[in-house]
Amino acid sequence: MSRKNKITASLGQLLIPLVALTILIVFNLIRDPNFFSIGMRINNAGNAVLTGNLISVIDSASELAIIAMGMTLVTAATGGQDISVGAVAAISGAIFVKVLQGMGAITGSTVFVALIACILGTILFKLFNGTLVAVFHIQPMIATLILYSCGRSIAYWINGDATPQLDSPIINSIGKTIPGIPIPTPIFAVILVGLFLFLIFKFTSLRLYTQSVGINEGAARLNGINPTFIKLLTFALLGVCVAVAAVIGVSRLGQLNHKTLLADIEMDAILAVAIGGNSLGGGNYKLSGSILGAYIIQMLTTTLYAMNVAPVNVKAYKAIVIIIIVVAGSPVVKEAITKMIRNMKTGAAKKGVA
Amino acid sequence: MNTNEKTRTLRQREPLTDTQTLLFISIGIFLAMYIGAILLLGGGFTKPQMFFDLLNDNAALIIISCALTVVMIGAGINISVGGVIGLTVMACAIFLNNTQIESTGQAVFMTLLLALGIGLVFGIWQGFLVAYLDIQPFIVTLAGMFLARGLTTILSVNPVKVSHEGFLAFVKLKVKISWLGYVAQNGNLIPAKIEIGAIVAVATVIIMFLVLRYTRFGRSIYAIGGNRQSALMLGINVRRSVFWSYVLSGLLSGLAGFVFLMHKPAGNASVAMRGEMDAIAASIIGGTLLTGGVGNVIGSFFGAMILATIQKIIALSPLDASWWQDMASGAMLAFFIVLQSIVLMRKNAAFKKKAQQTGGTPQKSDTEKKEGTS
Repeated sequence: MSRKNKITASLGQLLIPLVALTILIVFNLIRDPNFFSIGMRINNAGNAVLTGNLISVIDSASELAIIAMGMTLVTAATGGQDISVGAVAAISGAIFVKVLQGMGAITGSTVFVALIACILGTILFKLFNGTLVAVFHIQPMIATLILYSCGRSIAYWINGDATPQLDSPIINSIGKTIPGIPIPTPIFAVILVGLFLFLIFKFTSLRLYTQSVGINEGAARLNGINPTFIKLLTFALLGVCVAVAAVIGVSRLGQLNHKTLLADIEMDAILAVAIGGNSLGGGNYKLSGSILGAYIIQMLTTTLYAMNVAPVNVKAYKAIVIIIIVVAGSPVVKEAITKMIRNMKTGAAKKGVA
Repeated sequence: MNTNEKTRTLRQREPLTDTQTLLFISIGIFLAMYIGAILLLGGGFTKPQMFFDLLNDNAALIIISCALTVVMIGAGINISVGGVIGLTVMACAIFLNNTQIESTGQAVFMTLLLALGIGLVFGIWQGFLVAYLDIQPFIVTLAGMFLARGLTTILSVNPVKVSHEGFLAFVKLKVKISWLGYVAQNGNLIPAKIEIGAIVAVATVIIMFLVLRYTRFGRSIYAIGGNRQSALMLGINVRRSVFWSYVLSGLLSGLAGFVFLMHKPAGNASVAMRGEMDAIAASIIGGTLLTGGVGNVIGSFFGAMILATIQKIIALSPLDASWWQDMASGAMLAFFIVLQSIVLMRKNAAFKKKAQQTGGTPQKSDTEKKEGTS
């Protein structure tokens, strides 16, 4: 019985998002039985690639899923959200392009160097946010408001040109598919980042530390944890996530548009964290919940597009579905439902006795 | 002598509250910046009209800053205010273009009712979800923002210009103060002009200040933001107060939409884009903490004026590229935020030190007494 309780407790947080995802899938299957059919197609480069709505959902949610993971960490440790991820992603995209173009030819090694430079640069920008939050005790939303409002301008300033183009098979293989592998590369990036964080959690106590800092900073300090360092570290990890997401975003289009690269992703990322059942006030968290949240959001968007909703109007329908999900997951409604089920059970038991 | 000493220590130990300290900082920053602009930039800043222009252009921002301050004092947040302004402006513009009402008074009244109604509807459902269903306010109002922006584009993707004659005549009404005006180059006296929206904004600030300070609702909101649990134990109806704070916030957003329409009579999908972030910044600079319990609408007013002045200074300065302007305003924002944080941290540290000192002396004397008697 205790084991069963444990399983239900760990599932409790993921229950609502899982149900939401299932309902979305069932809804799509009823609307169009072929919605999830996966086919093979030969793309422009002559490679066989998998196609289909399911692949496109998982593929296009990659950036969101990666950033949502980092956002979860920052949320857990600081109890606030980073609203500058979209703008900083534009900066890291700009760094990537700048370094790549500065080195001339686009080869495997230059792309690697550019990726490293991009990650380091993004960590620096994130540490700026992190310092304001951890050292100066400024609320995360306000500390990140600064880069939110001027980050895209910095991206423009780094690259004088408005939309630098990157045309190379290597860039294509990062943003789309590697020749010979039919699965889009961004999906592997999500797995890699997830694995990276999983290994960190496995071999260090970071998970416990972030939680304890988020739940009670003073108590964490008394137990020998340095909250300032932990907060800075979560921002640095978010920086890595943002950099990877930005490189994928740039490679996917083969160009850098500092105004539209990962635009509005900050709101979606925070939403993914919340839909995954994590508290936005910090403390306990589940990365898997946030990843699930990211796929739910993308599934919703793809569903709406498939229903011929105009892209500009998607927001309104998205809002209604989000409201339904969060209402279903709210503590009050949950309590009412469990009470109802318990009543039904006791009622049935009474009847059985009678 | 003994009592004298006591009163003196009492007076010394009574520090400014956080709300007051932050309010003084923001007023000081605003004055320093404005006087600095007069001395360094001169030009337009020497004329009183510049101050009224700041008010005229930012009336809607001032009102939504008040809307945010109310919910932020209650430890909540409302990021749907910009979206609600956009929706209100679009709905009112479409209403005015399709209405049969000819008379100015009736048209203005009906538009105002529509604007307040939209705000009220958003406030009520958001407040219900936050207060009675315990859903995180950020997510509820984020959904509210998505909904408002989506509905705006569903109403019309293209910009809608108001063509209602009566309303346009009403929009042109301005309060003119001749003694604050200036003499133009051709010798004509140009009086200072204040738009009705600016007056509405200032009135809103004053009313909200009185409501938060002197009514039971206002005091409850401060108590809830400070410590929800204690507020509950004090017998405050926490859920109801939180609910009403969101309703009030929604209502003010609707009013801000109407004021925006009076300033620029045209609906557009991008109206008040990022308005919520400006309003949050204004509230924070004005000394409201996102953690709740601390804040003041007067501060938010000055916060909004600080943001407006930064923009004006940068617009008048030789930096012409828009990305330079963005970066400069970001840098200034960073400077003020860090300054505020340092002042607050120093004050708290000094207070702690003093408390330790004053708490330390009597203890020592007590032990001395004990030693003496034994």
